[in-house]
Amino acid sequence: MPTLGADMTEGTVTRWLVKPGDQVKRGDIVVEVETDKADMEVEIFESGVISELLVPEGECVPVGTVLAIVGASPGVVPQAPAPAPPVTPPPAPERVEPRLVPPAPRQRATPTARVLAQQLGIDIATLDGTGIEGTITRQDVEHAARRATPTPAAVPPPGRTLLVSPRARRMARELGIDLATVAGTGPQGSITAGDLGAAPRPPEVPAPPATAIAPEKRGPRRGPIAALMERSNRDIPHYYLGLDINLEHTLDWLRAENKKRPVTERLLYSVLLLKATALAAHEVPEVNGYFSDGEFRPSNEVNVGVAISLREGGLVAPALLNAAEKPLSQLMAELQDLVKRARSGRLRASEMSSSSITVTNLGELGVDFVYGVIYPPQVALVGFGKIVERPWAENGMLGVKPVITMTLAADHRASDGHRGGMFLTTINRLLQEPEHL
Amino acid sequence: MNAEEAKTAVFAALREIAPEADASVIEPDVEFREQLDIDSMDFLNLIIGIHERTGVDIPEEDYPLLETLDGCIRYLTEAGPSPHGR
Repeated sequence: MPTLGADMTEGTVTRWLVKPGDQVKRGDIVVEVETDKADMEVEIFESGVISELLVPEGECVPVGTVLAIVGASPGVVPQAPAPAPPVTPPPAPERVEPRLVPPAPRQRATPTARVLAQQLGIDIATLDGTGIEGTITRQDVEHAARRATPTPAAVPPPGRTLLVSPRARRMARELGIDLATVAGTGPQGSITAGDLGAAPRPPEVPAPPATAIAPEKRGPRRGPIAALMERSNRDIPHYYLGLDINLEHTLDWLRAENKKRPVTERLLYSVLLLKATALAAHEVPEVNGYFSDGEFRPSNEVNVGVAISLREGGLVAPALLNAAEKPLSQLMAELQDLVKRARSGRLRASEMSSSSITVTNLGELGVDFVYGVIYPPQVALVGFGKIVERPWAENGMLGVKPVITMTLAADHRASDGHRGGMFLTTINRLLQEPEHL
Repeated sequence: MNAEEAKTAVFAALREIAPEADASVIEPDVEFREQLDIDSMDFLNLIIGIHERTGVDIPEEDYPLLETLDGCIRYLTEAGPSPHGR
């Protein structure tokens, strides 16, 4: 079970797209996973033949659990299992995983256990040790690898580890049923949709307001975000900078450009903001990367996380990979695709875990500026507000211009105000030359 | 294109961007943005959806005319069968 973002601790296998004996190659999508934040597709990072699926559909397991075993060729029982955490190649942000809320003390484990856990892609922090003073032993790791049942070390209160099928979870949410009150009849006592029939329901669900929107607005996805944001504000010394940008020339250029394009290929101004941010992050690498284990690691790639609000509430920030290298048309198409997939729960694991910097555009909601909270382990978040007409003085002349306020929330451990300021002025400079974006 | 055809096309395009929306309660003279929680990406996809269903070419400067259901219907019926709008 890969971690699809630093705020994920467990996930439910909703659908296997492969079966034992299937040939797979690196990058194939093999399984669909549901987290309390989003649904997404998980790619495999090894080529070979699936020899065993270890976690059945509908089961919720902690991050690090081995989901399947991949062999080199059919019939060969392999050594190394498959879609283990390394979700992104080089500076994988999920490496900081053990620092999930609350920051767990380093687990005691024997060296062999540690090596084995690493080979198997098991997060040692999720294990209970049975050795001396709770030390994790080789047996503990082997046991965890064999076991398909979740036994999160996070010590859930007794009887609270609920196995629930995704459909039942959704239904319970809709019906307002407390899953803790339901007796499961599925495999290993898991709760299935059928079990909900007998469950007590809340007295009278208040009538939904008569709007055009379904009454599913209070998103259930606050929990993990809440934990992540809490960690961000506790651990990251944020500093904030802001800059007003005159977008007159940028928008004139965009209007003319869109006139040349058919309806289906027009650009949104937000694509220009994303591209300029990505290019500027190459020039000021201190804002692009990860802070983990006490040091800043800049990222060679600029993968821009785009904050996307989900219709049923909640937020995800999947990445536009290598955004600086892509032409605007391609970036626009990818953004459209990303938004669509984010809202239909078809994001890929690599997109969820590889953002090296995040951009949020809250102008849609009518706000003028954003004081962001950084997504750990990233070190910067760029916010854009609404484009508004404002009086703008320049060269002794006063005019009315379309202006946007750009803000930067950055990690003071990775950069200082001087470099942060350069980052913002670089974005501004790039936006003034949209024809070169 | 008559008003009924226009309405059908708009509803179909709306369903694609906001599947949870109940077409029967959409107020015809209130902006989609206000009642449907759609952003500029959704709005662009709405325009694309309408264009693909009706063949009507919609230049960007006309977008403000399509911000309500009434506005869409008026625009599409006036655009007529010509694929080049007005």
